[in-house]
Amino acid sequence: MSAAEYLRVSGLHAFYGESHILHGVDFTVNRGECVSLLGRNGAGRTTTLKAIIGLVGKRSGSVMVNGREVVDWASHKIARLGVGYCPEERGIYASLTAEENLLLPPQVASGGMSLEEIYQMFPNLQERRASQGTRLSGGEQQMLALARVLRTGARLLLLDEISEGLAPVIVQKLGEVVRQLKEKGFTIVLVEQNFRFAAPLADRLYVIEHGRVAAEIRQAELRQKQDVLHQYLGI
Amino acid sequence: MTEIFGVSTQALLGQLVLGLVNGSFYALLSLGLAVIFGMLNIINFAHGAFYMIGAVMTWMALNYFGISYWWSLALVPLVVGVVAVVIERALLQWLYKLDPLYGLLLTFGLALIFEGVFRNAYGVSGLPYSIPEQFSEPLNLGFMLLPKYRAWVILVSLVVCFATWFLIEKTRLGATLRAATENAKLTQAFGINVPLLVMLTYGFGIALAAFAGVLAAPTKQISPLMGSNLIIGVFAVVVIGGMGSILGAIVTGLALGVIEGLTRVFYPEASATVVFIIMALVLLVRPAGLFGKRES
Repeated sequence: MSAAEYLRVSGLHAFYGESHILHGVDFTVNRGECVSLLGRNGAGRTTTLKAIIGLVGKRSGSVMVNGREVVDWASHKIARLGVGYCPEERGIYASLTAEENLLLPPQVASGGMSLEEIYQMFPNLQERRASQGTRLSGGEQQMLALARVLRTGARLLLLDEISEGLAPVIVQKLGEVVRQLKEKGFTIVLVEQNFRFAAPLADRLYVIEHGRVAAEIRQAELRQKQDVLHQYLGI
Repeated sequence: MTEIFGVSTQALLGQLVLGLVNGSFYALLSLGLAVIFGMLNIINFAHGAFYMIGAVMTWMALNYFGISYWWSLALVPLVVGVVAVVIERALLQWLYKLDPLYGLLLTFGLALIFEGVFRNAYGVSGLPYSIPEQFSEPLNLGFMLLPKYRAWVILVSLVVCFATWFLIEKTRLGATLRAATENAKLTQAFGINVPLLVMLTYGFGIALAAFAGVLAAPTKQISPLMGSNLIIGVFAVVVIGGMGSILGAIVTGLALGVIEGLTRVFYPEASATVVFIIMALVLLVRPAGLFGKRES
């Protein structure tokens, strides 16, 4: 494995109870890279992220994070390697205030963003920090879910559908944030259904279909491989 | 002697204090039950047994090892808490993914075993434990004689209950506990060792029950059955307050103790059932309990 590689998923199978969702997913993400997993609903993108962080019932194959095999690890140990997870349903806690939500994940490494930096990036969160987490608007909750993993010092961010169901102006704001995070050197896996959101941000895109990687497209090839994307995603 | 509704104030105040003492035990026990249920999703039927063990161990500590009440107050909850942690690791942790009914059955079985063992050793007639000498004289408040030990039980219970509430609702550790209660898997994915937290929560909840047991030793009959006599009322308190609500458990516990005490003055025949009548009424009007949140 090359030194630049931060995440390597190979032959990953995942199950929810009896149902077999992932059938051998293979992909790699290099340090500082932003990779997007695209695909139709039910293709297995969200499950891929959950399997990386250890949130599926059963998994097999290999997940290497920063050179370490974690496929058998409990999820809190994987997170402590520096993996920040932002779930599709946002996972804002109703029994915690906005700020308590923000401060919940423990520091896993030095170099995370300070509370001041986060509030500078998301001024709304500072205004609403004493509110119950789930009283925030959908956009604010998404910002909170994203901000929550920036504090911890995690260098690998797993972002699941962060643009889903939000107003265009907020989607634009989130796009800017992801761009800033790339500049700061974060390694990002972006699961998206919104191709227009993901395409300009991602260095590479993987198309997931039936629990496998069906295609890999580099940013430079996007234009010429339009027909491939069209075929898989219907766009 | 002044009278209110034909009852002397001395008798009324006496029952009020006694009600608060019982309410303190309700509060300490239902608090632990509520915390455990929230975190482990287990209805801990052994709670009363651990309360009993707390009291019996206090007696054993004094009679076998000469350990005083004050040392017991600190040591017994610690020892019983460690026992609880061992039980959690050995038995309970395998049940979390199953229906809560299994946890209830297992802890009910444990309660029967503990009761049986102590019954075999000490019988059911009750063991004597005298009130610490600092509390032997009653306090003359002018309008009533207040037994000092009762005042102490109420005071220390309030302090412990409030401290627990503060820990859970106002601190970082508490926020982590609340998060793990709400969504354990996601909380673990944020890097928090949830299984460890669950284990310690069970130990803490049980330590509270044992603490109540130590407090009860000088004022109640120490008997292997004292837990099961109390626990049914405690379950009613938890249901009235709302499953999983911390503040609900404390306030409801104290309030029901007082209501029970006053019922004993004005209509003694109903004093044993008033808690259950209130429970039935509350369930009719608010099925989630007075402080409970409806499951969405």
